[in-house]
Amino acid sequence: MTLAMPKPDDRVLENRDSFLGALAAIVPADNLIADPVGLKTYECDALSAYRALPLAVVLPETVGEVSEVLKLCLEHGVKVVPRGSGTGLSGGALPLVDGILLGLGKFNRILEIDYPNRCVTVQPGVTNLAVSQAVSAAGFYYAPDPSSQIACSIGGNVAENSGGVHCLKYGVTTNNLLGLEVVLMNGDAVRVGGKHMDPDGYDLLGVLTGSEGLLGVITEVTVRILPKPDSVGALLLGFADLASAGDCVARIIADGVIPAGLEMMDRSAVRATEDYSKAGYPLDVEALLICELDGPEAEVAELSERVEAIARACRATTVRRARSEDERQRFWLGRKSAFPAVGKISPDYYCIDGTIPRGRLSEVLTRLDALSEKHGLGVVNVFHAGDGNLHPLIMYDAARDGDLEKAEALAADILTLCVEVGGVLSGEHGIGVEKRDLMGTMFTAADLKQQQRVKCAFDPDGLLNPGKVFPVLHRCAELGHMHVHKGDLPFPDLPRF
Amino acid sequence: MTAQTVRPGDAAAVREFLAWAAAGKAPVEIVGAGTKRAFGHAVEAGYRLDLSGLSGVVDHEPAELVLTARAATPIAEIEALLRQSGQRLAFEPPDLGPLLGEAAGRATLGGILACNLSGPRRVRAGAARDHALGVEVATGRGELIKSGGRVVKNVSGYDLTKLMCGSWGTLGVLTRVSVKVLPAAEKTRTVLVAGLSPGEACDAMGAALASPHEATAAAHVPEAAAARSSVAYVGGAGASATAVRVEGPPVSVAARTEALRGLLSAHGAVEELHGHNSGRFWREIRDVAGPIGDADAVWRLHIPPASGGAVLDGLAEHGVEGYLDWGGGLVWCGAPATRAVSAAVRAQADAHGGHATLVRAPGALKEAVPVFHPQPAGRAALGRRIGDGFDPAGILNPGRMARGA
Repeated sequence: MTLAMPKPDDRVLENRDSFLGALAAIVPADNLIADPVGLKTYECDALSAYRALPLAVVLPETVGEVSEVLKLCLEHGVKVVPRGSGTGLSGGALPLVDGILLGLGKFNRILEIDYPNRCVTVQPGVTNLAVSQAVSAAGFYYAPDPSSQIACSIGGNVAENSGGVHCLKYGVTTNNLLGLEVVLMNGDAVRVGGKHMDPDGYDLLGVLTGSEGLLGVITEVTVRILPKPDSVGALLLGFADLASAGDCVARIIADGVIPAGLEMMDRSAVRATEDYSKAGYPLDVEALLICELDGPEAEVAELSERVEAIARACRATTVRRARSEDERQRFWLGRKSAFPAVGKISPDYYCIDGTIPRGRLSEVLTRLDALSEKHGLGVVNVFHAGDGNLHPLIMYDAARDGDLEKAEALAADILTLCVEVGGVLSGEHGIGVEKRDLMGTMFTAADLKQQQRVKCAFDPDGLLNPGKVFPVLHRCAELGHMHVHKGDLPFPDLPRF
Repeated sequence: MTAQTVRPGDAAAVREFLAWAAAGKAPVEIVGAGTKRAFGHAVEAGYRLDLSGLSGVVDHEPAELVLTARAATPIAEIEALLRQSGQRLAFEPPDLGPLLGEAAGRATLGGILACNLSGPRRVRAGAARDHALGVEVATGRGELIKSGGRVVKNVSGYDLTKLMCGSWGTLGVLTRVSVKVLPAAEKTRTVLVAGLSPGEACDAMGAALASPHEATAAAHVPEAAAARSSVAYVGGAGASATAVRVEGPPVSVAARTEALRGLLSAHGAVEELHGHNSGRFWREIRDVAGPIGDADAVWRLHIPPASGGAVLDGLAEHGVEGYLDWGGGLVWCGAPATRAVSAAVRAQADAHGGHATLVRAPGALKEAVPVFHPQPAGRAALGRRIGDGFDPAGILNPGRMARGA
């Protein structure tokens, strides 16, 4: 591991036994894991390059237990790392050796399905897909659909502001959230929003979404559900060069079409997924687009015509329109198997997540090729082209000396490139530990300090998930100071305004 | 107290001024075009920060679906620019100027975002805050910071952009914002059902919004409010009107209108509004002044949409009348300016798990009744701690959101 984490607190490590005794008084014995074998299960999330054994794993079952555990941790100065299903790709749930891992897996009940208000209230450990499945028979679904939706939890989705392939039209988690209950580090349970649109007061819903477990522990989530569209259509478009594919994406959007999904794969992704899934993709292309359109049948038919015409004008070499639901599913088959397909051709892979302006796509992919060559590691590109969210998969071999370090360096170069062209470090996976040390490429010291002051409002002792998101940890007392020197005020002479 | 007006020409000057004001703990009232000064508690401040010098679109890239503008750029200017490339601000920003005794058409992008105001399309397109992608902000610490960016998908640090939306200038002064823009609809039609009670209307709107026909707005105006409409079909009908809007490509709008007519005919007799009348009707719903009339106190309630009928009926018992937008989830109502009625309005919001805002009221009522819904102690304290982090000297719009805060 090449990652620097906060220095473990010796006092906490020394007092581990008595602290575990106090935890045992709060949660049932089965829900407290402290033996090394049991802890090993929790040593990492889906960013498996980084691992650590926590002080203990605590699996509370009630909001009261969450509150008591947090109060106890505050009293003893013990750090807390919250965890949903552990599918996160940025190391947000990486344990700390002097902190407990607070698993929300037992919060797994759907509390209420309210069709008249078109919302569902769930506990945070419910999986993303389970929400859609619970309301499917009534004709509804939950829009954000991260690729890990079978396993990832709604609480984790809120913590990372997860997206998926349909965000361009239907938004990411923050746009589909109505209410939260969150327990603060001091044990207070706070409710924000509810079943109505627009919570009152400051937008705490907005600031908690994507806060990566640093502000509070989510114990209840209310999401809006949407009626399923009448019909869904898809086109498969192949191009002889990246620039034409990028141009096609820009022209579809500029023409006023907002596809339900607009995905791109580069040549290496097309080949890898075709070998793996036999989706029937053309192999003579440099870039492949999947454009999904949904809505009334008449609209899908008309927009499909328009997209087809645009693709031909952009010199598409393959233009196929799905003639059946079965064919549409086949278009997606390769894209959806991109991760296992790359897993088959490379011992390890590292999935990167940055967002760029759509218009810079072909430039970024060209420069990315050069970076891949420079670091000597292959890259497969899958891309949520509609919203500019890039997912390069860096192929490496953890067993080979120096490969992980090379992969990390390449990843840092790719993300720095995203920021340089006007994009951001993360589109939907979060900063976690993975991109923590790159935050300075996007933000000034003043920007980051202001963000940390928000953390201070929630968690003044900095016990919730420290070592994530922020490259430098400031003490709240220090952040509170205003550095003003009365003598040299900028405006002794105000009227000049 | 007569405030001294300060009119900086750029973000750096805003920052410098706030650093100066913070050092002297001098309260500052923040004003864009000033169209919403009557909304919220009055701010007692020695300085008025006039942001009208920070105006103009910085950048609009139609194919990127993003626009960046200085904070005090008029919404009207932005909408005119977007029209040229067939785009719009999908959250349908309302023009509350006339409701609040000001001229129409002057609201600014920064003001709309700072108050998180959204129009009828809120039910489908999301709120103003959902369209804010990034901000540059001068804080009460006299620092210029940024959050977010110019892209739609972004999880890079806390979403301070959303925190700014709806903070009413109490956390920082927006100097520049980037917003998502979307294609404008080629065609619009509105399906009307006459004569429904508020409860029946909520059922009908709920059925429309739960259907796959992609309604982009759903409102209900009871008979009294309908009579104030300048749209002849609505104003002259002598009955309540329940309206559902569809937008999109012509062929799609035709198909969906047909489907919605079929669905809504189960609830009552169905009519249709086309182009001009449809546009005028939804502007009235959006801007509130028309349907609300000349009531002394005007309230806005955010409630679960299915509660709309019950809330309107409950309010009627106290002589409060109004109308429903957002499929029933937003109640606008006019009420007598008394403490007793105000308490009854708040009680309705509480009973349904929502919140009520006193949007327009005589000064005396605002002395006695909080404009924004009182919060539970824990959340209020959290809000104050967040505020202290941005504005430790308490100089930004002090008291605007809560008196004595």
